[in-house]
Amino acid sequence: MNSFLEASARQRIEHILDPGSFRELLRPELRMTSPHLAQLYLPVAFDDGVITGEGLLGGSKVLIASQEGRFMGGAVGEVHGAKLVGLSKRAVRQNCTALLLLLDTGGVRLHEANAGLIAVSEVMRAILAVRAAGIPVITLIGGSNGCFGGMGIVAKCTNFIVMSEEARLGMSGPEVIETANGVEEFDSRDRALVWRTTGGKHRYIMNDADGIVPDSTDAFRHAAIGAINAYRSEKMAAELTLEALGDEHALLQARIDKYGGMADSTSIWTAVGIDDASTLPLCDIDRFLERVNTVRISIRNRSLHMLTFN
Amino acid sequence: MQRLVFKHLDGKYSSVQKPVIAGVVASGNLEILIEPSPHSGACTFEVNTSVTGFDATWKAVVADFHQAWLFTDTKVSINDMGATPAVVRLRLDQAAELVATSKSSKLGG
Amino acid sequence: MAINLLNEKLSWRSQQANRISRMQRAQETLGLALSGKILPALEIVPLLHSVLEPGDRVCLEGNNQKQADFLAESLRSVDPQRINGLHMIQSVIALPAHLDVFEKGIASKLDFSFSGPQANRLAKLVSSGKLNIGAIHTYLELFARYFVDLTPRVALVAAQYADRQGNLYTGPNTEDTPAILEATAFKGGIVIVQVNQIVDQLPRIDVPADWVDFVVEAPRPHYIEPLFTRDPAQISEIQILMAMMAIKGIYKEYEVNRLNHGIGFDTAAIELILPTYGEALGLRGKIARHWALNPHPTLIPAIEAGFVESVYSFGSELGMENYIRARPDIFFVGPDGSMRSNRALCQVAGHYACDMFIGSTLQIDLMGNSSTATLGRISGFGGAPNMGSDSRGRRHASAAWLKAGKQGRQASGQIPRGQKLVVQMVETFREHMHSAFVEKLDAWQLAEQASMPLPPVMIYGEDVTHILTEEGIANLLLCRNVEEREQAIRGVAGYTPVGMGRDRRVVENLRDRGIIQRPADLGIDKSLATRDLLAAKTMKDLVRLSGGLYDPPRQFRNW
Repeated sequence: MNSFLEASARQRIEHILDPGSFRELLRPELRMTSPHLAQLYLPVAFDDGVITGEGLLGGSKVLIASQEGRFMGGAVGEVHGAKLVGLSKRAVRQNCTALLLLLDTGGVRLHEANAGLIAVSEVMRAILAVRAAGIPVITLIGGSNGCFGGMGIVAKCTNFIVMSEEARLGMSGPEVIETANGVEEFDSRDRALVWRTTGGKHRYIMNDADGIVPDSTDAFRHAAIGAINAYRSEKMAAELTLEALGDEHALLQARIDKYGGMADSTSIWTAVGIDDASTLPLCDIDRFLERVNTVRISIRNRSLHMLTFN
Repeated sequence: MQRLVFKHLDGKYSSVQKPVIAGVVASGNLEILIEPSPHSGACTFEVNTSVTGFDATWKAVVADFHQAWLFTDTKVSINDMGATPAVVRLRLDQAAELVATSKSSKLGG
Repeated sequence: MAINLLNEKLSWRSQQANRISRMQRAQETLGLALSGKILPALEIVPLLHSVLEPGDRVCLEGNNQKQADFLAESLRSVDPQRINGLHMIQSVIALPAHLDVFEKGIASKLDFSFSGPQANRLAKLVSSGKLNIGAIHTYLELFARYFVDLTPRVALVAAQYADRQGNLYTGPNTEDTPAILEATAFKGGIVIVQVNQIVDQLPRIDVPADWVDFVVEAPRPHYIEPLFTRDPAQISEIQILMAMMAIKGIYKEYEVNRLNHGIGFDTAAIELILPTYGEALGLRGKIARHWALNPHPTLIPAIEAGFVESVYSFGSELGMENYIRARPDIFFVGPDGSMRSNRALCQVAGHYACDMFIGSTLQIDLMGNSSTATLGRISGFGGAPNMGSDSRGRRHASAAWLKAGKQGRQASGQIPRGQKLVVQMVETFREHMHSAFVEKLDAWQLAEQASMPLPPVMIYGEDVTHILTEEGIANLLLCRNVEEREQAIRGVAGYTPVGMGRDRRVVENLRDRGIIQRPADLGIDKSLATRDLLAAKTMKDLVRLSGGLYDPPRQFRNW
């Protein structure tokens, strides 16, 4: 079993796609590096921290992007963002089976300021265009940065999110919340609290993530194939419609009404109807799914929770 | 940032067919791109490092690596973020192994 | 000629008389607030005022794990007009309060072992003249002096529980308490204990009430530092390569079965590849069976894989309590099931009964002397020198000890004798490209700055048998003279200035003679040194391997 968490961005692609099928676009030797970092005398990476290309997944043609979380925390700069936008446009042009985003990022690369912010908003627009073209966008989150900031929003713009329990998903990162609202609000050094609040298990229970898998590249691969199959068989349910958005908003409102006053996710899990909630974090994924699948929050009309990722 | 260039002319093997990349630009780590540089007759190293003042160390590490592999008609480009010589040599060898097994771009670390 | 007999002039009971007057003062001050030996937390400063006298030798319990922190803070609150010039003797300077007493003039002299977190401030207080260092000791050495010429007048210690009579349960983190109390209680001293809780029934009695004078329930439990927890996620490929060399080149080579590991990621890597790499080499049951070691969480995989037969500990480790309780075949536990530790005895065990010490350091010179002292920091030694020195008093034989002794004394004509393996394991460069190898230790300059009689050397070159770096192993036992020894050290010093200053021809000769061994010479394929070799890659893996019994402190958890 290969750990997704420990793998590099390139290794992740190799393990997710059909063996030997990956063809990289804008390869490192083209040196599409960040002009901003060079101006700041900071080291650049030949791929600017994101690897893009095409390959086969279960025999179907997909486009794929994989962020290298260890380079600048996977943060999105101008070139990095442009590569994601270009890949999305190519997905529409080629009418591929799916677009896969392997996100491992803290959000916008602060060194690139406005260029980075614009890049992220362009990525959002490009992703929505892919969805509008009837191509599913599948997000896999399993790296040590999780997926935060503007890229957290990008993830939520996609059709499916699959996380490992080690992964995290959110808007403001823990340190940002603590700085803005004080340590009483959120203690960013309390790692257990951080993962209980933003980690894969909580996101899955709250319906912020559609699938949860063990930390293995194989499990992520099968989840991605499962998502494509589910999209094919239940296309309407997963599509971006006004009705679906309305449902999602209703669900978010209901979540605030019911759980907004609770200080810790364990209270929410208990309220959702999970027995012995404090033991949930250490459960392996199979047992976790047994315990939560019948009670986790889900959207009417949207049967993604019935997805089997096997 | 410091840019260092080393050139070795006594290589023997021009086995680099296509570019390979190893490593990641991260704290204490580096990425290495090895590419064919046809008819140059040399193995050229270009190092961009965030830590200045270790010219002699780089020169020695690169020379030892070159003696072990003796590439010719080759360009080795390095983006470094404070990797120790041990890590540098490990990544260089990993990249060279990739050349030897003539696989395309892969590997991290 | 008449002998001038001492007993005509002096009482033989002056210490006892002094003790009685201190106890009377305490009775008068506290009155009804004192219930037997138990006093309320609010009365602690008045108690200290009545039992302390200026110039007293005071032993404040504080080591690298457990702290009598409430008593330390209370001592800081006494009036320097009444109590001053104290001579503090304590294992570790760790808390700000430990140095505040010098800042305020309450104390003026210090004998200690280690001062990790406060090393910079300690150096400043020394240079300002507010703190006068008696000596920097090893743990065992300091404990020894408690019984010779540094016997405490007053001891301030910490325990987990007391009962109403004043019996103490010191629990898994017993550590220094027995050594301190033995010296104080049996030499007319006064023993004050802070406890986390006063209970009706103790799990077991670790210290009898007879040795205890005053007990106070502290407002919060005493602090314990989780010092020995290393997150496997942070172990690098280089550390794994070095761990492979250690196991194949030293543990296997010398059949090392009784050992101590230093703190740090280098040795944690060894612990974590025993069940994988060690198993693949067929070494289970043949190496690393008996340990003098704190309960390192990274040892869990090796224990579960059947490598480890026994572990005796200096102290405990936070989160390991339930695991230890469930593995009484391995650890030393009391009749109540909880662990028993004793730093003094474990130091003795490490010194006399272990065949090997392996650990990291910050600087090594050309003679193999190593030191963790760097400029501007007086950090001290702790226990490493007791582990990392040949025990010349040892007489019992073992395969590892005999082999090392034979190598070290070859052809010298000396009488046969064994030797402990003392291995220094370092990457040639630390973080920020600091070289681990130097021509001259910073310790020399530090000694000059702080007017120390000796440069603070942690492990002397004459005791070091092997230096292990990512470049290879240098076997110093086999070196025939000082010049060879220097080249052997240069030969594994990599691209540091010391390493680049090697004589390549001599180093190749040393390699031919097996004095220097590279990974390839040991049959180690460097490309196999990956994190896949770790029996646990994350804290969660450790918890799962422990059957859910290990409960890491929250700063190490991501769940």
